[in-house]
Amino acid sequence: MKQKICATLDEAVADIPDGVRIMFGGFGGAGFPNNLIQALARKGTKNITAISNNCGTREGELGLMFKNNQIKHVIASFPGPHSNHFQELFAAKKVTLELVPQGILCERMRAAAAGLQGFYTTVGVGTEVADGKEERVMDGKRCILEKPIHADYAFIKAQKADELGNLTYRLAARNFNPIMAMAAKMTIVEAEEIVSVGAIDPENVITPAIFVHRIIQAKGLRYAG
Amino acid sequence: MPDKLRLTREQIAQRAAQELPDGAYVNLGWGIPNLIADYLPKDITVYFHSENGILGMGRRAKPGEEDFDQVDAMKVPVTLISGASFFHQADAHLMTRGGHLDVAVLGGFQVSEKGDLANWKIPGAKGSGGIGGAMDIAAGAKTLIVCMEHTTKEGAPKIVKQCTYPLTGLNCVDTIVTDLAVIDVKPEGLLLREVAPGWTAVEVQKLTGAELIAKGQIPEMHLV
Repeated sequence: MKQKICATLDEAVADIPDGVRIMFGGFGGAGFPNNLIQALARKGTKNITAISNNCGTREGELGLMFKNNQIKHVIASFPGPHSNHFQELFAAKKVTLELVPQGILCERMRAAAAGLQGFYTTVGVGTEVADGKEERVMDGKRCILEKPIHADYAFIKAQKADELGNLTYRLAARNFNPIMAMAAKMTIVEAEEIVSVGAIDPENVITPAIFVHRIIQAKGLRYAG
Repeated sequence: MPDKLRLTREQIAQRAAQELPDGAYVNLGWGIPNLIADYLPKDITVYFHSENGILGMGRRAKPGEEDFDQVDAMKVPVTLISGASFFHQADAHLMTRGGHLDVAVLGGFQVSEKGDLANWKIPGAKGSGGIGGAMDIAAGAKTLIVCMEHTTKEGAPKIVKQCTYPLTGLNCVDTIVTDLAVIDVKPEGLLLREVAPGWTAVEVQKLTGAELIAKGQIPEMHLV
């Protein structure tokens, strides 16, 4: 069996070089891999392209990495008015942003996971999201071409992982995590609990182990606001 | 006319709630739409959808019963009703985009006479702006209702011939509920269905930036 369990959070992110693309799970304060984010902040990896629904709370979630100037480009649907470190850097043109409709963000990552080269959609037609994208009429509807979003790493927050990497999530903390886990070349998971192989009923596995490369046990961290 | 009473935000929500059929799957956006859940008719059940992966959201959690892994799209802890389910965000938007939701209700900055919607960015506003799920929802809901004030704070019409704010979607709005009127977007134009109590079709037209079709006597909204 492949050894996927890391001894420490720092070990789990130790070899992540500058300039990589990283997906970060989480929505509305739930399901953020905050222990891994803190570890990457300690390591100081720079020039990151971050793919995440939003850009953090004031000091928490991705806010920590914006504060440290570790991120140069973001692909997000809703950066958020309270992501003050991001907003300051964005206003100063020190961070660039690609805004993507939330469901299209999911599907572009899923296209990457599925080995698809893109898809056509009516979402965003006639809006600034369509700028520079190929447009065509299909079944009488104006559509734009959306391309996959790939990543080198995904940071995932799970409830339970077995030693093989099968994952479950808790309530709405699932959100983006299962999609990102499938889309990145290397998926690193922080789980509240690590259990032995077979301890998760196969019917209850949400993310199958094939998508998971590293696992670290960590008690979930949550930020207010 | 400026002194005439308009509906409050809560009353707009109350009127919009009457548009929801029993058993419907419904997504509520930020702002006035989010108030609608408080004004559902007592005799119907509606299954509220949240874009982060919940179907069957109940009321907001009371102090002491909050679970911060169970939040709505505004980060507020919520309860579930019997029959609820969880799923990931791609499936949540598959529901919005794929035409599976019966009704979506969004806020709006502008709606055009063709049913174009602008609701995510005010030109010149500070910051990055953010789209969230609005474009997926606008593109895919079977019925899209927009709840908003009829005019801006400065008195400019928000129902216009052509939107001047950044667009959310083209030709996507079915019904507009404002503090002055209920208006249906039809192929032939904007059909004035109801006016606020005490208002006439002529008065509402004066505060609207596009032509309203008013057939016969327009009834007043019924508010409880």
